[in-house]
Parts: sequence; C-alpha cells; structure tokens
Amino acid sequence: MTTVPESTETPAAVRPEVEERDICLEHVHKRYGDQVVIGDLSLVIEQGRFYALLGPSGCGKTTTLRMIGGFELPTSGTVSLAGHDVTQLPPHKREVNTVFQSYALFPHLTVEKNVAFGLERKKVDKHETKRRVAEMLETVQLSHLAKRKPGQLSGGQAQRVALARALVNKPRALLLDEPLGALDLRLRRQLQDQLKQIQQDIGITFVHVTHDQEEAMSMADTIAVMNGGAIEQAGSAEDLYERPETSFVANFLGTSNLIDVTPESTPVDQEFSRGTTVDREPVRYLTHRADGYSGPIRVGVRPEKVRLYATDQSPPDGDNVLHGKVVQSTFLGVTLQYLVRTPGGLELNVIEPNLVGNSAGTFGAGQDVRVAWDARQTFVVEGEATGA
Amino acid sequence: MSLARRRKLLPWWFALPGLLWLIVFFAVPILNQVSVSLMSGDPEVGFSMTWSFSTYWDAIRDYHSQFTRSIGYAGAATIIDLIIAFPLAYFIAYKAGRFKGLWLLLVILPFFVSQVMRTASWQLILNDQGWLVARMQDVGIVSGDGRFLATGKAVIFGISYNFLPFMVLPLYATLDRIDRRLIEAASDLYCSRWVAFRKVTLPLAVPGIFAGSLLVFIPACGDYINSSILGSSNTTMIGNVIQSKFLNVLDYPTAAALSFILMGVILLGIAIYGRVLGTKNLTELAG
Repeated sequence: MTTVPESTETPAAVRPEVEERDICLEHVHKRYGDQVVIGDLSLVIEQGRFYALLGPSGCGKTTTLRMIGGFELPTSGTVSLAGHDVTQLPPHKREVNTVFQSYALFPHLTVEKNVAFGLERKKVDKHETKRRVAEMLETVQLSHLAKRKPGQLSGGQAQRVALARALVNKPRALLLDEPLGALDLRLRRQLQDQLKQIQQDIGITFVHVTHDQEEAMSMADTIAVMNGGAIEQAGSAEDLYERPETSFVANFLGTSNLIDVTPESTPVDQEFSRGTTVDREPVRYLTHRADGYSGPIRVGVRPEKVRLYATDQSPPDGDNVLHGKVVQSTFLGVTLQYLVRTPGGLELNVIEPNLVGNSAGTFGAGQDVRVAWDARQTFVVEGEATGA
Repeated sequence: MSLARRRKLLPWWFALPGLLWLIVFFAVPILNQVSVSLMSGDPEVGFSMTWSFSTYWDAIRDYHSQFTRSIGYAGAATIIDLIIAFPLAYFIAYKAGRFKGLWLLLVILPFFVSQVMRTASWQLILNDQGWLVARMQDVGIVSGDGRFLATGKAVIFGISYNFLPFMVLPLYATLDRIDRRLIEAASDLYCSRWVAFRKVTLPLAVPGIFAGSLLVFIPACGDYINSSILGSSNTTMIGNVIQSKFLNVLDYPTAAALSFILMGVILLGIAIYGRVLGTKNLTELAG
C-alpha cells in the first residue's frame, strides 16, 4: 500500500478550477502575546507559480511561510492548500515540504538517507524509494556524495541536499526559507539559476522567502513585498519596479525619487492629472494611478527615467520638467549619477548612461539644469499621512 | 630548534601536566597493584612476589556470585536511571525554559550532602514500620513479609538514587544541543511527534545515553556503600568483598585481583555496549 498523494501527479488540465489556487491565506493574524507579527494578511498563490515573499528582517515573511508549512498556527484566519482548509493540520499532514534556513539536514544520516527520509515515512515501496532518491540526487548533481554525512558537505552541497530531500516527495508546493542566505554571492547566483530551472522543469509551486530584492526579481513570477506584518504590494517584478504603489516598495526595490504634490481638482485631459510641487511647478501623472486618493499625494519616478538638460536645451513635449541646481556629480564609468536640488529643497537622483565619453557633455556641480521625464513614468504612491 | 618545530611541539607541553598526573596517580598505582595481585603471603610475615596467577582463578571461583550480583544490580540501576532520567532531561532541555538552571541545580543538590548520610537517611525512611514500605506493599513492590530493607531491591533502589544525576546531566547536555529545526524538518517530512522522536531525537541522543550509562554503571559496579547500608549479607556486592579483603582481612593480593577482574569485566562490557550503539556514530556525533 502506498500513501503517496496522487493529486500531484494529476495533470493540471483536469483539476477543478478551485485547485488552481494552490495556497490561500485569508485574513491571517499572528500575535505573540501583545506583539502583532502578522496583521490581517491575505494572499493567493496559483498553481505552478514561483512566488517570493520579500522584505526586511522582522517583516513577518518567515512567519507567513511557517504558517503555510504548519510550524506556526495563525492566531486567527485560515490557511488552505489546494482548496482544503489546513489551518489546524500539523506539518506532517500537509502536502508541502520545506527547505529550511541552514538546511536542518539530519546529521546522523547519510545524504542518501536524508533524501529518502520522507519517502520512508510515507512507506513508499523500497525499490521505488531507491529509484526516486537516485534520480533526485542526479537532478541536484550529488550522486557522487550519496554516502557522505552532512557534516562532510560544503554549504552549497548541503543546500542541494536539502532541496532534494524536500522535492523527492513530490509536494504540491515547496517552501523555501532564505535557502541561499548562508552562501557567498557567486554560489548564490549560480544556485538561483539552478533553482529557477528546477522549478520550471517540475512545475510545482515554489514559495520563496528572501530579503534580497535582486534574488526575488531574478527568480520569482510574483513578488509580494512585506513590511510590518502586511503585504505592501504583490505583482511581477516589472509591476513592482515600474508601478510601485507605496513609498516602501518604491525604495525597497531599487531607489526612487519621491515628490509630494498637491493635486489640482480637475484632470488635465482624459489621461492625465496634474499636481504642483513645493516649487509650484506642475507634475503630471496618469489619473487612474491616483484613484482612491484625496488630498496631497506623493508621486515618484525612477532615477534612470530622468534626463538632465541645460537651461538652453528644451526637453521633449509632454515631459514633466522641474528646475534645479546640480549638487553632486559622480562618474561611475557605466553611468553618471547626479544629485539635483530644486529651490524648494526637493532632492532628485538622476542616473544617466555614459553616452558622451568626455566631461564636456556632462553637468558639473553648481550648474543650473532642467530635470525632465516622460509623464507616463510617474507613479503614485500613498498620500501624505493626513495628520502630519 | 626551529620556530616551526617549536610550534609543533607546543601542544605537547600543554598535555604534559596531565600526562605526569596520569603517570604518577594512575599508571604507577595500577602497576603496583598488578604486582600486589601476583604476590602471596600473609599480613604477619608480609607479602612477596610469587607470580601466583592462581589468586585470580581462586577469586573468580569464590566470588563469581558477587560479581554476577554486582553487574546485575549495577545494570538494573542503570536501566532504572535511564528510564527516569530521559524524560527528566528531555523536560529540562525542551520545556523548562528559563528555569533550566534551577532544575539542574535541583538535580545535583543532593550531592551537597555526603553519600553515606543520604543513604543512611533512606535507611530510616525505608524501615519496615515506615509509611513508604507499607505503601509499596500495597502496590506489590514489597512482598508479603513486609521487608524492603536488606533486600536486593533496596540496594538497587539506593544505587539508582545515588547515581541518577550522572545519567541526567550528560543526557541533558546532549538533548539540549540537538537543533530544534531538525525536529521541524522531521515533522515536515511526515513524522508525527512520536516518530520524529524515534527517528531523530533518540538517535541523536545516543552519545548522551552512552555517556550516562557508563557514568552510572562503572561506579555502581564497584559500589559498596548502598549494599552495606541498605542491604544484607545476601546482597553483598564485589565492592564489599574488595573493601573487606583490603581493610578487614588484609588479603591484599585477592583484593587487587578482584579489582582487576572487575576492571576487565567492565571494559569488556563497555566494548560490547559501544559496539551495539555504534562507536562510529558516537565519535562522529560528538565531533
């Protein structure tokens, strides 16, 4: 008799639609005593996604992952896997497996036995176990180390054993808790590619916790940026980068120039609205991006979207244009970076590609400039806290 | 001498005091006692070296029952201590939280009182008219005649009581060191709590079980206080024989021979025990 979950082998096409939602958290709260770690978090992860929970330490991303795995119980709210409520189920009854931070390999068992551990507990047939373990070790390129003990492995090897130990069980979803955090940069990049490749090959859902924005952006289909126990924004890397919806996201993924503006009451045209900066200069933005906001709002633009012009040059029509003075000019080889300050004290970072090749075409500190960018590149983050 | 060479020798200098200590206080007395065990004579005229190996055979012939009893009592006490100490150590390591230190202090607190005093007070508690013996009679631990003192059970009880901390401390140290994430990993890989305990915690606790068992079993084999105070002439252990040969009868060769036989038996026992638990694992896990 075997108790292997059959559902993971079922082709996605024949599954009822509800199962497309692989992992679902609804109104989850988690408190330790008085401390609120997660406050009202809801998320849906679809089947086959590479989903990253990204955020600074203490933002609740690991707690969220541990609630999906069953290692923490939510104070309230529900966790469902494949449409079934598993909120109260212990980890060993959930069809997910975890790759732990620092791997948690069993030190008393060989690599082979570590990988076979889950299958043996599920009483999978011996030959079948042997075959699947060998196959999995092949996949992570560790067949030659099968008889080693974890103590004799390097960090990268241990990480791959942990991955194999989880994947060999063919879980519905794989949970990864900062799986690359302990490795050096070069190895990390290499394993990121491998991990992404493996996820695409086997096609199961990966939920990946990380504080490294580049890691999240290079691997995940969907990134949920977490801060203070809540999801600030979830979307593709492009969504988050090009259209951040909160100041936190705008500055956690890359850097942004954030500008407080006072919106004018009537839109400019069908597409755009306009607000005025502290310098009484107009900034246009797509109207629908400010839906739901009233009062002063904060808009932003990425430094590399901005261009500098001398006062006698004119920016293209339709650009937002601000006037200021170069405060700092830095030559970085690939790029030139400027810090520009407007009379009203707004500071803007500008990154320009190094196209000119000599200092004649660049701007020095103290020079008056126009700062311009395509109005469509303007994103709107939250309104200024009304009380402040 | 070159610097590199001196560097290489440095660790040996660290070992020197310990080495000297072992030679003076361990090797010399042992060799001395080996030679005593091969002498013959009597306290009146003195002993002289006669290479009389027969002392060993005589000792085994005359005292094999005390040997068997010692090993039986010590073995029973070791098992009892393991059964009591494992849950206790587990509790202290995993559940006692910030009271860990207090619990450990409580475990070793009785050791602040001399063993003779502690054992003697148990003699009072366990006397035939006592409340405890009556209760034990109720539940069938004590047979109909109402005597607990002066039986083998009383001696085993005494040994278990006296050596319990030696089991608790190494077990605690081993369990406390086990990474909790390993238990989580086991439960992630379909282990119920019990199976996780059996497949992960227990194998990782083996070094502690081994160390604790040795620390209880070895001194318990040679113990004579418990048998003298809580036992009778029917519960004489080999320690009692050695003690009386040495201090009362002054038959030094036999006392020495008995000691070495005991040592041999214990070493053999440890070798087998270690093999059963897997010495390779022990050293690997300890490292």
